[in-house]
Amino acid sequence: MNLRKLATLAGVALFASCGDVALARGMKQFGAISLAHWTAVFSALASPWVILGIGLLLAFFVSYLSALSFADLTYVLPATSLGYIVMALLARFFLHENISFLRWTGIFLIALGVGFVARGPALTLDHERSADLAGNVHHAPARGES
Amino acid sequence: MRHLYTWAGIFAVVLFATAGDVLISGAMKRVGDVGHLFKQQGLRAVIKAMLTNATLWTGVFFMALGFFSLMTALSWNDVSLVGPASASLTFLSNALSAKLFLRERVDRRRWIAALLVASGVALVAL
Repeated sequence: MNLRKLATLAGVALFASCGDVALARGMKQFGAISLAHWTAVFSALASPWVILGIGLLLAFFVSYLSALSFADLTYVLPATSLGYIVMALLARFFLHENISFLRWTGIFLIALGVGFVARGPALTLDHERSADLAGNVHHAPARGES
Repeated sequence: MRHLYTWAGIFAVVLFATAGDVLISGAMKRVGDVGHLFKQQGLRAVIKAMLTNATLWTGVFFMALGFFSLMTALSWNDVSLVGPASASLTFLSNALSAKLFLRERVDRRRWIAALLVASGVALVAL
């Protein structure tokens, strides 16, 4: 796992959580949008927070696609769940929110899960699958490459 | 009846989100490491590989369906139930689908990781 791949995985985790926070903050300024007046959602696009949120979620999607091009889905999803921990810590130390015991337990379980998956290879392929992909992949990754 | 609707909604979110993730992951595995592709053939080749990939866009379509199902399920019940339930169940269904459809080697280590993260996400999102 080189620096570029680590940065891509970190990007998936950070862009998703920061994008959600930015969108939530922007949308809270508008209050509830009813189905009868759903076009009001477009006026939210004037909010700098909403624009920032959309930009961050686009960055998330690009990093997510890039991460899935070199690592398994069952590696990327647990590895990038570190974003939940980052958000909880930001909420505690930056926004001074209280974090319950249950939430700390959740953070501990996520960290444990990430530790488990990170010790294994990032990419695993069956022999049959490797042969199938060999003709289509621009750069065929080595079996078990991490 | 409200609970039945809620769980049907959560099931739809999990189904569509998993289909989206699996299709996108399969599509990107076929493209190969985009970092290498970028170094060898440049940005144009990367963009072309993405735009012409029908599986990728089908995955994006399913992801969008998952998002709208989530919005609908949220209108039927509290975010404190729908959010954690759909997020943690999606982790588990993704692990199972990755093994079945993407033929990833989901060994004991990855199953434990998926279970730990699914439980952790449920607790954090509560």
